Amino acid sequence: MKQFANLINTVELTNKTNDKIDAFVDYFSKAPDKDKLWLIAIFTGKRPKRPVKTTLMREWCMEIAGIPEWLFLESYSTVGDLGETLALLLPNPSRSDDRTFSEWMQDIVDLRTKSDQEKEAFIRNAWSSLDMQERLIFNKLIGGSFRIGVSKKTLVNALAKYSGLEANQLMHSIIGNWDVNSISFDALIHGKHINYDNSKPYPFCLAYALEKDLNELGSIKDWQIEYKWDGIRGQIVKRNNEVFIWSRGEELVTKQFPELVEVIQSLNGDFVIDGEILALKDNGILLFNDLQKRLNRKNITKKLMEEVPIGFYAYDMMEWEHKDIREYPLSERRQRLENLFESNSVEGKRLFLSDVITVDTWAELHEIRAQARSKDSEGLMLKQKESPYHTGRKKGDWWKWKVDPLTIDAVMIYAQKGSGRRSAHYTDYTFAVKKDDGLVTVAKAYSGLTNAEILEVSRFVKQNSIEKFGPVRIVKPELVFEIAFEGIALSNRHKSGVALRFPRISRWRKDKPVEEIDTIETVKQLIYSTH
Amino acid sequence: MKIVRFTKKGIYCIPGKFYLDPWYPVDYAVISHAHADHARSGMKHYLCHDDSKAILKHRIGKDISIESLPYGKPITINGVSVSFYPAGHIIGSAQIRLEYKGYVVVFSGDYKVKDDELTIPFEPVKCNEFITESTFGLPIYNWEEESVLRSRLHNWVSSNQAKNRTSVFVGYSLGKAQRLMKLLDGVANVYVHSAIHNTNEAIRSSGIELPTTELWTVNTQKQALQNNILIVPPALLGSKMIKRVPNMATAICSGWMQIRGNRRWQSVDAGFPVSDHADWNGLITAVKATEAEKVYVTHGSQAIFSKYLNENGIYSEEVKTEYGDETIDNDQNVLQES
Repeated sequence: MKQFANLINTVELTNKTNDKIDAFVDYFSKAPDKDKLWLIAIFTGKRPKRPVKTTLMREWCMEIAGIPEWLFLESYSTVGDLGETLALLLPNPSRSDDRTFSEWMQDIVDLRTKSDQEKEAFIRNAWSSLDMQERLIFNKLIGGSFRIGVSKKTLVNALAKYSGLEANQLMHSIIGNWDVNSISFDALIHGKHINYDNSKPYPFCLAYALEKDLNELGSIKDWQIEYKWDGIRGQIVKRNNEVFIWSRGEELVTKQFPELVEVIQSLNGDFVIDGEILALKDNGILLFNDLQKRLNRKNITKKLMEEVPIGFYAYDMMEWEHKDIREYPLSERRQRLENLFESNSVEGKRLFLSDVITVDTWAELHEIRAQARSKDSEGLMLKQKESPYHTGRKKGDWWKWKVDPLTIDAVMIYAQKGSGRRSAHYTDYTFAVKKDDGLVTVAKAYSGLTNAEILEVSRFVKQNSIEKFGPVRIVKPELVFEIAFEGIALSNRHKSGVALRFPRISRWRKDKPVEEIDTIETVKQLIYSTH
Repeated sequence: MKIVRFTKKGIYCIPGKFYLDPWYPVDYAVISHAHADHARSGMKHYLCHDDSKAILKHRIGKDISIESLPYGKPITINGVSVSFYPAGHIIGSAQIRLEYKGYVVVFSGDYKVKDDELTIPFEPVKCNEFITESTFGLPIYNWEEESVLRSRLHNWVSSNQAKNRTSVFVGYSLGKAQRLMKLLDGVANVYVHSAIHNTNEAIRSSGIELPTTELWTVNTQKQALQNNILIVPPALLGSKMIKRVPNMATAICSGWMQIRGNRRWQSVDAGFPVSDHADWNGLITAVKATEAEKVYVTHGSQAIFSKYLNENGIYSEEVKTEYGDETIDNDQNVLQES
């Protein structure tokens, strides 16, 4: 465990991705193979199920530390993380323990089937033999998420640097089906259990924000124009009856979208296509926040699939029947994509062709962009018809032309401390606008303030909270913020009757008194003006 | 007997007609230590410990009316005997003891119980009423031994040196900077920002020895900093001047860094829980040692610590003061303790 704790410690003492990678490389070159396998397992969501209830762990901790429950809760609310709170409250160890990381993990796996007494003895024994950093790691391994500012991608880059193997292949290898006890570290990273030829993705072609006048782009006839969607950029690879979905961050997200995999599986031909994964419901596109639920869950339940149904808007094809066609002009690739859709019956099957907008003049396009919100789109994409599918970001052939955000002025009425790195400050706010003589909440927003502003708001919250509701502080309605958002729709789920799409704080209106914030009526008018 | 009252201007000694660490201008201010939230400008007269005198003059003004006392030597003001006892917080920090007709009240100011090998260690003073700070009044705050802390800092500096980096530490120019100088003494050359340098000079002028440092200026050669240490005040974080330091790694040193979320919130490399305040057990030990019948808990976790004391048989009340405000000293951008 010491070796693993040292790795985590080193990673936490630097902000530099390269240093983190070096720390992992160092670990890979020194740690036992079994430890390395467990490390990869944990970073890829292959964690053992929680063997002990957290409420029990809390009770034991309070008893050992000799503190009452209210003091435990105060501590927890300050720390913002249960595993860390326990680690901080427990006394220093009375002895040490030499079990390796993988031995600890195996013990945790085996714990599930043990009796309650054995579980309690195991946890107490662990706590009294691990130092602060090790206790924290141990508590995290028992249950809860373990975030240390290292993404799957960083881990893969470290493995690539250590082994000299290709990063995407490693991504496929570690994501694939494997079990710590039935594979060697070497076999795992060399992908003995997978067929990388079937999953290998292409680098995504990326667009720049439009920075010139439309007329400078030449004839509109040379451009393919589509709506821009605010979803998850995805590359679908289908080869030899295997289907893979890669996200733009070069992570495999296949398991997150089982219903999409099923549809793709049923199509004729092998191909690689590019498009956008969107949450589609009731003839509209759900908020990105909803879509994100699909990414963050380890298991995609039936309930979640019904709650957040997804679809794929395809807009490009990079490979057809194992032939790389990225050098073909876009117009031809588009034709092949349309052929794929025509030769398969995809009607109502979550698979859609991204519509091509045909207009005769650039002037008309301004009009269409202005109406983009009524389609739940965030703007337009302009793609040169002759262009190849570029590797990465290349200026000139693909442009994104987003609509300007909508804004309202609202007052902060609730504040809550953030979690993780934001746990010390009030960073999550709820905003309201005027309704009759009172206020009604319209949005929750987290981002958009500088650290200095967050400290200032936090101080205001501490000094002006009217009431406490668990972790939520009701504050004096005084601070006015401009809230920007991408779209607005009527909603029954929200008390105000409206739902904002991707709301965030655009600026703090220190100049504006609370009397001058927007009313719910003016907010609702935005719906009619955008649809 | 009631000899102190908590007023809008600060803690007031009724028979003595003077204030302790007032936050609004008054005629006579008795000062626990020279941090800006305790020693403010605008007082007609200041009384402080000998080692704080030069620092106060440096921070507030050369021409202020000020007198000072060594630890343990009383002075009588309007019949109240006033004396200072070591608080162990920073150089020159003191607990203020007031005695009137045999009744004793002690105001802790800011304090830490453990010996940092630089400041004269905290000394408990028996009293009837004890006014204590509670900055880190939660059981999650337990500081490491000085030796452990020292080796953690040294290890971090060596790992930076392995990559030819400059180790930049962020800490208040008064207190934390000198503590860091002591902790890092002998590891590498230590450069300091001018705000720290000037404070160091003020401290040295009262005959106190500090580890050797060099002044960091725009003219300091980049090579000179490589593999060495630079200490800057929090206001420098993110500034143009700091960005000129090539290949650096930055660490914030503060008790708040005990919590992972706080360490990760700042856009720096590392956070070390180096604090000049008492930790949870330190607060409890200090309170018990006074044997006070009544404990007033001020700045920090006053509600929590006060509730805890009451539940454990020590009569306590919480008091709102204006100490511990991190906006003072212009350090909005960084979590620091004062």
